[in-house]
Amino acid sequence: MSSVHLNNIVKRFGAVTAVHSTSLEIPEGAFVTLLGPSGCGKTTNLRMIAGLLDPTEGEILIGGKRVNDVPIHKRNLGLVFQNYALFPHKTVADNVAFGLKYRDVPSDDIATKVQDALELVQLPDVGDRYPKELSGGQQQRIALARAIVIEPDVLLLDEPLSALDANLREDMRVELKRIQERIGVTTVFVTHDQSEALAMSDQIVVMSDGRVEQVGAPEEVYNTPASEFVANFLGASNILAARCTRRGPEGVDIEAPTFGKLTVPAEKAPNLGSEGPAKLVIRAEKLLVSRDEAPEGVLSVPATIEAVDYQGQAVRYFVRADDTQLQAINMIDQHPFATGDAINLHLRPIDCAALPGD
Amino acid sequence: MSVEAREARQPWILLSPALTAIFLLLFVPLLFIVVYSFWLRTSTGADQVGFFLDNWREALSDAFYRDILLFTLKIATITTLVCAVMGYPAAYVIARSKGNKALLLLLLMLPFWISYIIRTMSWINILGVSGALNTALLWLGVINEPIQMLYNQTTVILGLVHFLLPFMILNVFVSLEGIDTNLEDAANSLGATRMQAFWQVTLPLSLPGLAAGGLLCFVLGAGTYITPLVLGGPGDAMFANLVFEAIITQLNWPLGSALSLMLLAVLGALVLIYNRYLGMAQLMKGLG
Ligand SMILES: Nc1ncnc2c1ncn2[C@@H]1O[C@H](COP(=O)(O)OP(=O)(O)OP(=O)(O)O)[C@@H](O)[C@H]1O
Ligand SMILES: [Mg+2]
Repeated sequence: MSSVHLNNIVKRFGAVTAVHSTSLEIPEGAFVTLLGPSGCGKTTNLRMIAGLLDPTEGEILIGGKRVNDVPIHKRNLGLVFQNYALFPHKTVADNVAFGLKYRDVPSDDIATKVQDALELVQLPDVGDRYPKELSGGQQQRIALARAIVIEPDVLLLDEPLSALDANLREDMRVELKRIQERIGVTTVFVTHDQSEALAMSDQIVVMSDGRVEQVGAPEEVYNTPASEFVANFLGASNILAARCTRRGPEGVDIEAPTFGKLTVPAEKAPNLGSEGPAKLVIRAEKLLVSRDEAPEGVLSVPATIEAVDYQGQAVRYFVRADDTQLQAINMIDQHPFATGDAINLHLRPIDCAALPGD
Repeated sequence: MSVEAREARQPWILLSPALTAIFLLLFVPLLFIVVYSFWLRTSTGADQVGFFLDNWREALSDAFYRDILLFTLKIATITTLVCAVMGYPAAYVIARSKGNKALLLLLLMLPFWISYIIRTMSWINILGVSGALNTALLWLGVINEPIQMLYNQTTVILGLVHFLLPFMILNVFVSLEGIDTNLEDAANSLGATRMQAFWQVTLPLSLPGLAAGGLLCFVLGAGTYITPLVLGGPGDAMFANLVFEAIITQLNWPLGSALSLMLLAVLGALVLIYNRYLGMAQLMKGLG
């Protein structure tokens, strides 16, 4: 178990810069997720930590030691790939035992450790089979067993769940988290799936275009996005061009179209200056569609429903208030509103966040 | 007609032109050769039709034929091993090269555009008494008289390797291409050096390609008569040269037929063994 530090890492492939100067601190034992859209440099970062790619600039430290010049086979890392990468010509037991053969493990202990690892991933009876004889989810568990049996300092996972179907993916994510907590290994997890990231991580690193957009705990990144990109990437948000008129110790006064004047809590607008253009961020779940009048302290704006996207326990409304199109995601227990209904939009100012404007 | 019946017939309809061609051009002539091998060539030079076992008795009992068959298998084995040792690294480099893979493959194919006979004969201009190498050595003063480098077993193997190497490289290349590069990365991450990862993962997974290339080199090498004819000495005749000799020179078609069937049987048995062994290995390894 070790911490991982990236100090001003840059990675260029010829003319393409895949990772722009990135610094990250991953504490010992943490579960940190690199989250971002396709091509943003998640895999590149992970492969640099693993030693499969050399950074063009900057330093990588694992457990406080610089590892730039340490070859991959000496870094003691557990690596899990999206396509499992199990050795097809070896049995499951031989796959799991592979890394132990390169360590000073007495051969009697190898079998025990392999069996323990297989039990940890809840597949104690498949040691004699070949990878091809397992389902995708089972193969992924074996890949995990193979990576953790060597007691790695850091576990690196590159979209390990994305090849699984939706139900299995949710089971596996609980399972993976359980195993990680049990062995307490420092884990760097790569995904482009925000719900995976939110559910599993101690810290999320949101990336875009080779740059880190925000680092924070899931609820922090979710509730206080540091940029428009983060607000849009994690869940659905409404972003309105607005103006900041005053910054006080308690809150920031914002003047926004449709909603008029409101005060956003200061901690939800950390990057906003005292006066000037701003952006109001309203999460789609925080916008309540209702026929009733708003209670005290809640803004209410009349609007019309333009489209309804029914999702079972929740429904997503596309609504129009004045000239502003907004989306609202509400839980429902009965019938959703219908297209064309005139309703009120309720919004609590403390649920809003604000960003500096353009 | 039911859908199933129509679907079952479709492959046969699509295959029928090819099957017809194979039947007429391969199977029928082969039958002729089988029939021929039981005829007899009389001292007057005419073929006597009938069912005689004389050719077979001669081909199977004469130590002369047996020795040349063994010599042929030996040359083919050496050639195959040389091709494997030389071809594998080349295939590996091509498979792992980043940008210019297409160019390298094109260069590999280039020799196929020149007739095999001409490629074989080109060695005479290089190794012959007045060839490039001798001329250069004379000019440099290393030797005073040209050396006889041609027409021995080594030049036969040289010619065969020249002919067969691309087949080996292509087969190994294809199997290396099919191996997920993540497997080597995974092996490295688990503590294996690049060399250990190669021996543990890449080499075993590429064995089917190596075996296929080896079989091809062996069968083509053992069946050739041009290379020993052009680059071999009098003592370097291979089995196909005997067939050539019997049929073209002596016009003894019945004996030539029996000899060619003998070679066919040996090489055919080899293919069957390969098929059976690799078929099982495939199952056991659980390869896709
Ligand atoms: N070997 C390479 N040569 C050139 N460019 C590369 C190479 N590897 C990655 N890139 C580029 O670097 C950028 C980041 O790639 P990377 O694989 O890290 O993205 P990613 O975030 O993992 O995306 P995905 O979610 O699709 O896996 C991309 O624009 C990609 O085209
Ligand atoms: Mg990736």
